[in-house]
Amino acid sequence: MATSEVINLTAVKRDPDFVDRLTPAGRLLNRCIQCGTCSASCPSAPAMDLTPRKMWRLAQLGFQDQVLHSKAMWLCSLCYICHVRCPRGIPLTETIVKLKQLALQEGIGEWRESTAFYRAFADVMRRYGRTREIEFMVRYFLATNPLTALGYAKLGLTLLARGKVHPELPRLGGEGRLDRLFERVAELEGQQ
Amino acid sequence: MRYLFYPGCSAESSALEYKTSTLAVLEALGAEVEELEDWTCCGASVASTMSDLLGVVLPARNLALAEQVGDGQDLLVICSACYTNFRRTAVAIASQSGLLDTINQALEVEELAYHGTITARHLMDILANDFSLEAIAARVQRPLTGLTVAPYYGCQTVRPYSPFDDDQRPTSMLGILEALGATVHRHNREASCCGTSLLTTKPEVGLQMAGAILEASNPADCIVTVCPMCHFNLDSYQDNISQLLGRSVRIPVLFLPQLMGLAFGLPESVLMFKRHVVPVRPVLARLSES
Repeated sequence: MATSEVINLTAVKRDPDFVDRLTPAGRLLNRCIQCGTCSASCPSAPAMDLTPRKMWRLAQLGFQDQVLHSKAMWLCSLCYICHVRCPRGIPLTETIVKLKQLALQEGIGEWRESTAFYRAFADVMRRYGRTREIEFMVRYFLATNPLTALGYAKLGLTLLARGKVHPELPRLGGEGRLDRLFERVAELEGQQ
Repeated sequence: MRYLFYPGCSAESSALEYKTSTLAVLEALGAEVEELEDWTCCGASVASTMSDLLGVVLPARNLALAEQVGDGQDLLVICSACYTNFRRTAVAIASQSGLLDTINQALEVEELAYHGTITARHLMDILANDFSLEAIAARVQRPLTGLTVAPYYGCQTVRPYSPFDDDQRPTSMLGILEALGATVHRHNREASCCGTSLLTTKPEVGLQMAGAILEASNPADCIVTVCPMCHFNLDSYQDNISQLLGRSVRIPVLFLPQLMGLAFGLPESVLMFKRHVVPVRPVLARLSES
């Protein structure tokens, strides 16, 4: 959605209880006075389709689809500057994490270059208990566009030459180090 | 001073020099450091994006381990993202009733239980507050006279759960840098974001963020940082950033314990400058001039 696009408020689906799903802020989001401190502080705001201020207003109004399909959350680098500067004390940064979570759960197809990143990282973390940088990047590029890996080839070779990264053979079979913990967490969340 | 040590995933691979220099500098200052055995990933920025509970269970697993083997020592953390995850988990447990019980139901499969007694502390906090500047100055064998250093704390080192410094205008590195004999170049990007994973997922945005920090550090001889992710982004992508900005940006980026180790006269075997993408040679050359 372009920033200049006009939203026809009568034609879009609204969920008035949307803010309740947006933890940890939840109903605190209704405190937002649209001052724009978040947008002015955010280092990524210029690249966003919805600036943070607009995004929070749409969330307040229950425009779930506009928010969850937006690119804005995927440009958040978790720097917490909006969180510490919000004059209404709303925990905005971690609420953006929740937006990413909901977008992933709902299988929203846009911004695959970002969603694939989280999935690849989670898979490697679960399998080995720790991150393996090379395997994670290989999985990420395979899941997005393997050709983009070429853009990183020169840097990759430099990192290998300096010993900054060391390739390890992937271990694809058998139980992952954190499989049981991940499964237990899923089970407990299912009960809630 | 005694600490349990959680290195975090990066310190085992891309930021190995951060780990070895941290251990060597703390030893030189007389601290005892014991690495936590069987630690696992803190969840990075990913676990809480997959699920709320996973986002606190993965940090809690390590806190529970530290509680089990330790006798009340603080947990030393050198990665700002791990640090934020540990502190965020402690805050969540303190503010949400029933959360600790749920976490412990999950940790049963690892035969662990967390009781909320351990404190995770960032290396920056420990270096600035557990050792006097006199003690640091007393270890200096090769003063950094003539070297101008741009401090860079990164974002999660100082916010939002960090109690030891200002969350937007931090100063905890200043005294240490001066005790080493360096000149400090203050700038307006000391607690800005390095771009984190955006350098991979949205390079056109992430490279701008890292580039702004490199440019603000001019005319310093080097940047000094205390986070493996920040270091990776600032050190590894300078060619790409130069290309994007249309002008050459080239400045060595050191971890704070590497710079301290240099002043303490510690050997290359622990400082590992050879691993850096941007050569540290100009820094060493500047020191031998003065």
